[in-house]
Amino acid sequence: MSDPSVLWEETMQGGATWSHVLKRGTALRITDTEGGANVGAIFYNFECPAERFNMPDTLKAQHIARLTRGFVLYSDMGRVLCSVTDDTVGWHDPIGGCSNAALVEEKYGAASYQDCRNEYHKNARDSFLVELGKWGLGPRDLVANVNFFSRVDVADDGSMSYHAGNSAAGAFVELRAEMNVLTILNTCQHPLDSNPRYDPKPVLLAIRRVAASGPEDPCRISRPENGRGFTLTERYFL
Amino acid sequence: MSGMRVVESKLDPKNAIYSFVIPAGEPWIHEIKAGQCFRIVDLHGNQAVDTLFYNANDTSDRYSAQDTIRSQRNIYLTTGTKLISTAGTVLLTIIADTCGRHDTLGGACANESNMVRYAIEKRHMHACRSSFLKAVIEFGHGMDKRDITSNINFFMNVPVTPEGKLTFEDGISEPGKYVEMRAQTDVLALISNCPQLNNPCNAYNPTPVQILIWDGAKA
Repeated sequence: MSDPSVLWEETMQGGATWSHVLKRGTALRITDTEGGANVGAIFYNFECPAERFNMPDTLKAQHIARLTRGFVLYSDMGRVLCSVTDDTVGWHDPIGGCSNAALVEEKYGAASYQDCRNEYHKNARDSFLVELGKWGLGPRDLVANVNFFSRVDVADDGSMSYHAGNSAAGAFVELRAEMNVLTILNTCQHPLDSNPRYDPKPVLLAIRRVAASGPEDPCRISRPENGRGFTLTERYFL
Repeated sequence: MSGMRVVESKLDPKNAIYSFVIPAGEPWIHEIKAGQCFRIVDLHGNQAVDTLFYNANDTSDRYSAQDTIRSQRNIYLTTGTKLISTAGTVLLTIIADTCGRHDTLGGACANESNMVRYAIEKRHMHACRSSFLKAVIEFGHGMDKRDITSNINFFMNVPVTPEGKLTFEDGISEPGKYVEMRAQTDVLALISNCPQLNNPCNAYNPTPVQILIWDGAKA
């Protein structure tokens, strides 16, 4: 922990769940320590969780079907929850969604806690629901998620394909909180992962203090829509 | 599956048990019983029909755009698409489609998203998510904004490029084109007939659409 701005670090094991209220003025760096990680993520306004990450608003405001540095994650209220301030991957998936118990059992077979202890097979949907439950949230709060470190390509006919090898060991993405953001993560495999083995990878989380976005912030000026999104976010705190 | 599967229905509108025209800018909420067939007709062409579905027996189990496109590995909805819920339930299956392609990534307009996309001064303009909210509040049963999730845009054409761009292309629908689905379980349907005046997708002219429902036995 040589960077003095780092407040704390924590390793998330493969298949784990995690949540935290990422404070405005801090940033979360997620590092794919081994390569091939997937981090499912949903974001909420901690002060009013009915305001939450909105996948379509994020995509259509920025005309994107991928996330990388310079883009932001919008809530349904026109505000910026997080900005992607740094990224060595280039493509994070906002459309592939999350795995569920049936999908994981079909792909990887059954593996119970009784038989496998903490190596039992986890799935992203149940992981989201358990972590949401800890904050008093439930199935009605489960919305479309982001999959960091994963990539899904779409062909002209609309067909979707998983892009293997998208993230190498040491790759990282950094999210700057623009609000106080309830952040719900899990490290389950991507639902379209072409790896035939159950093999969820760990990631390293690091939280540090960062400066607020200035007028020339790359995320703010990347599109005129984002300038308005930042204005609406700043007004929320006035 | 391919992105375009144009299939005509064999059902006769004369035999429908329900027919209703939703004016532009109005919501519509209605329960569709398992086995019933449900058609949306784009009466004037290229009208966005923003639609959500719920398992009528448990509305916390609802249409999931991500599960639906992932399970068929294609972002476009058309004939043969199973509309999947968050819990993995097949809510409806698209059984006929004369348009050929429908969007489920573009979402619904809102006062707030219009402010971001177009101008902060657009806050006052009528928007789909206000219609959705009005409908679920009047419907009752404890539904609220938490139930307004990522929807289908019937008759809209929103391609994704290989470079990962989301684009809004000219509509491919025309007057009289329709999409028809069969309910696989009891389903609550919620529609906002889109009032968007800022987007060329509907030629800046929102128009009425027709709903038809047939009983399974009579279909």
